[in-house]
Amino acid sequence: MRTHRRLFLRAAAAVGLLVLAGGAAVRAQGKPRVIPVQARKFTYEPDVITLKVNEPVVFQLTTADVVMGFSVPDFGVRATIIPGQTVELPMTPTKVGEFTFLCDVFCGSGHENMEGTLRVTA
Amino acid sequence: MRSGAFSRRDFLKLAGLGGAVLVSGCASMPGAKAEASDEFYFVQLSDTHWGFEGPGINPDAKGTLKKAVAAVNGLSSPPDFVMFTGDLTHTTDDPRERRRRMAEFKEIVGELRVREVRYMPGEHDASLDNGKAFKELFGDTHYTFDHKGVHFIVIDNVSDPTAAIGEEQLAWLAADLEKQPRDARIVVFTHRPLFDLYPQWDWATRDGAKAIALLQTRDNVTVFYGHIHQENHFMTGRIAHHSAKGLMFALPVAGSQPKRLPVPWDASAPYKGLGFRDVEAERAPVKYAITELPVTGGGQS
Repeated sequence: MRTHRRLFLRAAAAVGLLVLAGGAAVRAQGKPRVIPVQARKFTYEPDVITLKVNEPVVFQLTTADVVMGFSVPDFGVRATIIPGQTVELPMTPTKVGEFTFLCDVFCGSGHENMEGTLRVTA
Repeated sequence: MRSGAFSRRDFLKLAGLGGAVLVSGCASMPGAKAEASDEFYFVQLSDTHWGFEGPGINPDAKGTLKKAVAAVNGLSSPPDFVMFTGDLTHTTDDPRERRRRMAEFKEIVGELRVREVRYMPGEHDASLDNGKAFKELFGDTHYTFDHKGVHFIVIDNVSDPTAAIGEEQLAWLAADLEKQPRDARIVVFTHRPLFDLYPQWDWATRDGAKAIALLQTRDNVTVFYGHIHQENHFMTGRIAHHSAKGLMFALPVAGSQPKRLPVPWDASAPYKGLGFRDVEAERAPVKYAITELPVTGGGQS
């Protein structure tokens, strides 16, 4: 009897683990939020983006005029944006705070001011 | 410094001229005999941004470079050469205007009374046309030369607008270093910092770490660069990296304010934050003594 109970508990625990694992799998398979960002001389639209910490997102990047960059040095991600193309850049912010994103492809006389802010909240 | 000799550097110290004197130490060369003819000095000018307009930033935008040229000409002994480390001109989308600015710049610095003037581009000169106009007016964007026992390497990290040196140039650098003895005295000129000084303000070279790894194979390497419009002194392993002040506007210290906006003109201290430097190369031990000098002269060396 005691043996049966032990087996039952083991089975229940295993099922529980499977359920938990399944839940995690479902969450992992959930599509990350897509955030369109358009670059143009010498701004980004939007230039302030709010994210949740540990929330996977995909930046959907386009440029309205010339080749641009989109770089987030604090999270080690960047992409070059070619006119006429859409670039998808995945990122998961792992810390809370305000971080700069900037153009790291020299694009003209306003290049140095071409930047935006990522606000990562808890 | 040789005992008994009264050097130009000693004179500067005694006269209290110039800015802070910093000795950039590198490895010594045991047994090397210093010869007077081996010691020399060069002048580094950087970030002249000819064509820039902004009265609140520099109301003397058309006069500052000329004053710097006059200051160099006023040095009591001429340098062996002058090196411009990029951003000779301020960027423009108009290729004809770019060439006009470069031609004007060339005419102004043609007044320098020195034996040799060397140039390299900054991103404002070269990033919008991959260095095409620069090459037409000034020649190669990366090259080497030798002077009195020092091997100089000019690395172009701006003609690619993504701020990369590129595999082809890195292979060229590797091949050049292969020809140098391990204890060769090597000075590198570049525009952007080779290391990640502050990527949040684009103060970096994307593949700079690869160049540094190659340069680390030699014992005596020192890097002089521009781009950040202020002095900065940093070591990566044995390699010292020294950035220069600009000659049009100063920039704030990395991360000291939200945006990398130029430092406004201070009417109570005109040309504050601007300047150029002389660099005295000494052989035993290998070192480069830097003297910061003001735009308006007064650092008579």
